[in-house]
Amino acid sequence: MKFVDEFRDAGTAHALAARIAALCEPGRQYKLMEVCGGHTHTIYKHGLEDYLPEQVTLVHGPGCPVCVIPMGRVDDAMALASEPDVIMTSFGDMMRVPGSNGSFFDARARGTDIRMVYSPLDSLKIARQNPGKRVVFMAIGFETTAPSTAMTLLRAAAEGLANFSIFCNHVMIIPAIKAILDSPDLRLDGFIGPGHVSTVIGCRPYEFVARDYGKPVVVAGFEPLDILQSIYLLMLQLSRGEAAVENQYARVVPWDGNAVALRAIGQTMELRPYFEWRGLGFISHSALRVREEYARFDAETLFSVPGVRVADPQACQCGEVLKGVLKPWECKVFGTACTPETPIGTCMVSPEGACAAYYNYGRLTRRRVKEASTS
Amino acid sequence: MTAPRDGSPQPVPGTVREELVLERIDRARRARPRVREDRITMSHGAGGKATQTLIEAVFLDTFRNPILEPLEDAARLDVSGASIAMTTDSYVVKPLFFPGGNIGDLAVNGTVNDLSMAGAVPLYLSAAFILEEGFPVADVARIAASMQAAATRAGVQVVTGDTKVVEKGKADGCYINTAGLGMISRDISLGVAQARPGDVIMVSGPIGDHGVTIMLARGELDIEADIASDTAPLNGLVADLLAAAPGVRALRDATRGGVATILNEIAAAASVGVVVSEDDIPVRAEVRGASELLGIDPMYVACEGRLVAVVGPKDAGRALAALQAHPQGAGAAIIGAVTAGPPGIVELKTAFGGTRIVDLLVGDPLPRIC
Repeated sequence: MKFVDEFRDAGTAHALAARIAALCEPGRQYKLMEVCGGHTHTIYKHGLEDYLPEQVTLVHGPGCPVCVIPMGRVDDAMALASEPDVIMTSFGDMMRVPGSNGSFFDARARGTDIRMVYSPLDSLKIARQNPGKRVVFMAIGFETTAPSTAMTLLRAAAEGLANFSIFCNHVMIIPAIKAILDSPDLRLDGFIGPGHVSTVIGCRPYEFVARDYGKPVVVAGFEPLDILQSIYLLMLQLSRGEAAVENQYARVVPWDGNAVALRAIGQTMELRPYFEWRGLGFISHSALRVREEYARFDAETLFSVPGVRVADPQACQCGEVLKGVLKPWECKVFGTACTPETPIGTCMVSPEGACAAYYNYGRLTRRRVKEASTS
Repeated sequence: MTAPRDGSPQPVPGTVREELVLERIDRARRARPRVREDRITMSHGAGGKATQTLIEAVFLDTFRNPILEPLEDAARLDVSGASIAMTTDSYVVKPLFFPGGNIGDLAVNGTVNDLSMAGAVPLYLSAAFILEEGFPVADVARIAASMQAAATRAGVQVVTGDTKVVEKGKADGCYINTAGLGMISRDISLGVAQARPGDVIMVSGPIGDHGVTIMLARGELDIEADIASDTAPLNGLVADLLAAAPGVRALRDATRGGVATILNEIAAAASVGVVVSEDDIPVRAEVRGASELLGIDPMYVACEGRLVAVVGPKDAGRALAALQAHPQGAGAAIIGAVTAGPPGIVELKTAFGGTRIVDLLVGDPLPRIC
């Protein structure tokens, strides 16, 4: 298939792998974080770690939209969904995320009207078709999905829709990266920068990582060769003792981002003073809420949202996994109490979550590596 | 490893610790299935882990008998010296009419195929209709005509039936249940538990056509592709295959849950490993394209006219030739092999050159956000 197969060529991968291995200094360990859940998914789906020398470890970061939603917000969404005449709409990924009292799927089985949509614009359609109902869109995601929510708000305003609102949970990637850099228990050598987020925000916002923290960043595409090449570029910088922001995904990511998308976000949404992230705790100026001019589309204004903070289940170590301090399999409940069927933490829910990706795709590879090293 | 002298916890080396975790996971996976939810969710009908748990923990546990126990597509009954295959299936597809077919031919082909997978010659079908008040009679007639056409094509007869009507809103237009009977020749005994290391695994054509067609036909995605359901009777193909290759050990039609689910069933039932190669699995460009856009894996997408065959190594060449010689199997391909282990694990060699596990999904494949 055009534009896909070129980026999955095993021959090129072997060549890149050899170059990466050649850049490893003897005795040095390299920890690189892929910030974005989409990258985690690609890495496991294609078995990319098979190409990496033992000295290079990939650490899976917090860039998975459903993984960072705290339980309290899921409970709030559930409360909204069970208000009279409400139709809740949500992306598919969100459907299995557990709140204190089950997931959207469980709520639906109890009779709550929750519908899966593929775009927030589909929620607008549902609102138009059901004038007697109040349609709420569960808006989640980083700067990647925020523009489509913004466009939906603009269109709802233009149409004067009176029965549509959003429950805004949009978060921003830069504060999360900063929180990870400031976390005392983590030593990283460089970052594989998020691709889709950067199509919106561009590459400039990462400059502080190189300048202030001395870590290289390579913004990467989502095909396996994109990621492998980005690892090569990071290793090249590290071998030269450099730290800069590079754009491997230039075919999609403009250095300055997408001004139209950023304007739409700015027009409809504003920074929250603080927001709770699953596992990472409260991070200031890390999330978006609906601007007052659009308050008539803000579910948090229209409905009374409980807003109760719910502590993560005690056994759950999602926070450590999201920060890359723990490998998924190092979590106490991984694979036993917490599985894709019965997820305790969000990392086990989404196919982009580090735990689900590792559970579904990765177990065998590591076992074989182990067998090979002991035989 | 020596015991810690002062009783303080000793750091366990990473790989050892991981190995312990992986063993614990294996144990947890082998544990008796238990339904944890207190209500049925859509996952219980998706053909993945949740479906399997419901069937094993509730239905198999309640109805347990040696005929039901193998959980094959059709039961094998020995009645007065003859071997009879019996099966049943309900059809709730939405939309009812889609490119390449409708619920009527699906209901006939699906049951014909379940019988065929047991190695049976399908003979007789029942048809039960649950119709919603207000459903157009013209559509009922159109569906019935498609059923008859499919039955004629497969050489079976619909010999008994039932009709029920429910109030508006209590069903989605039209649901159909069909049951089927067929005869199994005495020397045929197929089952996924018979897979042995060294066996070859093949599919009869490109996978995922039906599932992707249905997803697109629902019109919720605003994606258009030139693609149609693969719904077709497989009894002719199976007859040719079994005649040419007596070494066929098992057949499954890759419906709900797709080829990935069948491969997991083989690995689990026979306590063997399965290794397949992504490069060798036939997938139409349109299906691949739509799947890439949606973030789903064609390996889990339903087919309605494709089978997975497990064949002893000596007969593999003959089996593939027989499949490819039949119009229904023109796109047949060898996709992998049965291995000694690790038991119960399906491994995929990715086109990129890596490896990964192909596990059962919990429920329906959900489109990813970004």
